[in-house]
Amino acid sequence: MLIRTHNAGFDHGSSSDITPQHLYMSRRELLKLGAAGGSALAVGGAWAQAAKSDGTQPMSTVRSTVPGAISMETPTSFQDASTYNNYYEFGLDKSDPARYAHTLQTRPWTVKVEGLVNKPKTFDIEELLKLSAQEERIYRLRCVEGWSMVIPWVGYSLSKLLAQVEPQGSAKYVEFVTLADSKTMPGLRSGVLDWPYTEGLRMDEAMHPLSLLTFGMYGKTLTPQNGAPVRLVLPWKYGFKSAKSIVTIRVVEKQPGTAWNKAARNEYGFYSNVNPDVPHPRWSQATERRIGEGGLFAKRHKTLLFNGYEAQVGQLYAGMDLRKDY
Amino acid sequence: MPNTSRFSAKSVQRLLLHLLCLVPAAWLFYLAATNGLGANPAEALLRSLGDWAIRFICIALAVTPLRQWLRWNWLAAYRRMFGLYAFFYASLHWLAYVVFDMGLDWPSIVDDLIKRPFILVGTLAWLILLTLAITSIPKLIRRMGGKRWQMLHRAVYGAAALAVLHFWWMRSGKNNFAEVWLYGLILAALLAARWVFQKRKQMQAAAKAARA
Repeated sequence: MLIRTHNAGFDHGSSSDITPQHLYMSRRELLKLGAAGGSALAVGGAWAQAAKSDGTQPMSTVRSTVPGAISMETPTSFQDASTYNNYYEFGLDKSDPARYAHTLQTRPWTVKVEGLVNKPKTFDIEELLKLSAQEERIYRLRCVEGWSMVIPWVGYSLSKLLAQVEPQGSAKYVEFVTLADSKTMPGLRSGVLDWPYTEGLRMDEAMHPLSLLTFGMYGKTLTPQNGAPVRLVLPWKYGFKSAKSIVTIRVVEKQPGTAWNKAARNEYGFYSNVNPDVPHPRWSQATERRIGEGGLFAKRHKTLLFNGYEAQVGQLYAGMDLRKDY
Repeated sequence: MPNTSRFSAKSVQRLLLHLLCLVPAAWLFYLAATNGLGANPAEALLRSLGDWAIRFICIALAVTPLRQWLRWNWLAAYRRMFGLYAFFYASLHWLAYVVFDMGLDWPSIVDDLIKRPFILVGTLAWLILLTLAITSIPKLIRRMGGKRWQMLHRAVYGAAALAVLHFWWMRSGKNNFAEVWLYGLILAALLAARWVFQKRKQMQAAAKAARA
């Protein structure tokens, strides 16, 4: 049995973050199961309690020292975070990705990094996994639809990868292209978006230490429905900016088009920073519903500017009109 | 006595239909009570209730075409009941929005109605159904008289159109229109069936008049 120390996994920051009872109880269930059946159950820390045959592997991680990287809020359950997903390549319903994404082939997998860089390179996923220490970061995730989660991700700053390829002076933006495989992704038939899904960041946003190149969550590798084997997580932007299952990263001079911006220009801007003062045509962004918190009668939370990461990222947008550049 | 037995058979039929119409509500209540509505129960409840409201509008509007084409005349007695269930589910849908989605925060609700036209359109559809439900009280029907009642109750087409618009608007921008199309097509087909039947009746009447 693998026993984790303080340094190797998720570490509770304060007494208010005591393991929720259902996690505690299910760990006990796992232990009982292990004792009864004598099976070789590996319990990889508090998060691995929900490990099923979903193809995920335990990851060894270090605690992140990046400012703002560890939210002290109670994390959403792994069950909710891995069953309530938007991943249109696997269907439009929130429950579709968990149902259909098991078809995603995550090995072999390569990520091509190209464009205005001195050292373009195609990285194998195994190489990417070892490129830097895997940090655990607990981020608030805010969806443009008005719900939020708190998720312990595993990865390292995107800047670590970009440093490897040496962006040139003319490079202003980074474009992300994700997998579009009609054989394994039934949602591609829907024609809802112009596939493949693309996203983009300004270079300084991409280089910000909070921009996380993500390989895992809850102490394990990513589930397919959460964007395995490698995705982005940008905690101060709406969730759809965080491209899943990335295959190409392109460093470019002009602002790249993004899938949602192309589909509905007036609703999804290039920046898509979380902002309570800029409502979406169909959702007020003033408040949000925290998934898994108290069920039907739970009170909504007030939305925070930049999803609460203003101290870390506010200066990136100094002098910009966030109503225009939404 | 043959009369009493026929009466009771009809009551059983009515009771069974009531139970059937209440199954979705009972099922949702059961799911809500047993934590079975998934990660975002408020959203799941809100959307399911909206689905059932539009489904019952379709069912109520299907009564007349079915009666005309399949000669299921017994259905006519239940048209008002289906209409009232459409109102019932639309009301629960609206209540779920006010209570679970907005947490009874009235300033935010008013703000939402003003700023988000799809919510205004949905509320208008519900207000039409409310008017039709109130005027379905037997005493009021008698007081209004059949003709005027029928005129007013044609507004159900308006409610149906607004409901589809509300649904379309909610889904637009996420480009997820499959279900919107489905309900839109069903309602268009039901309307077309009425139109065809009317035309045919007119032609038959004209032919009859020509023969005479």
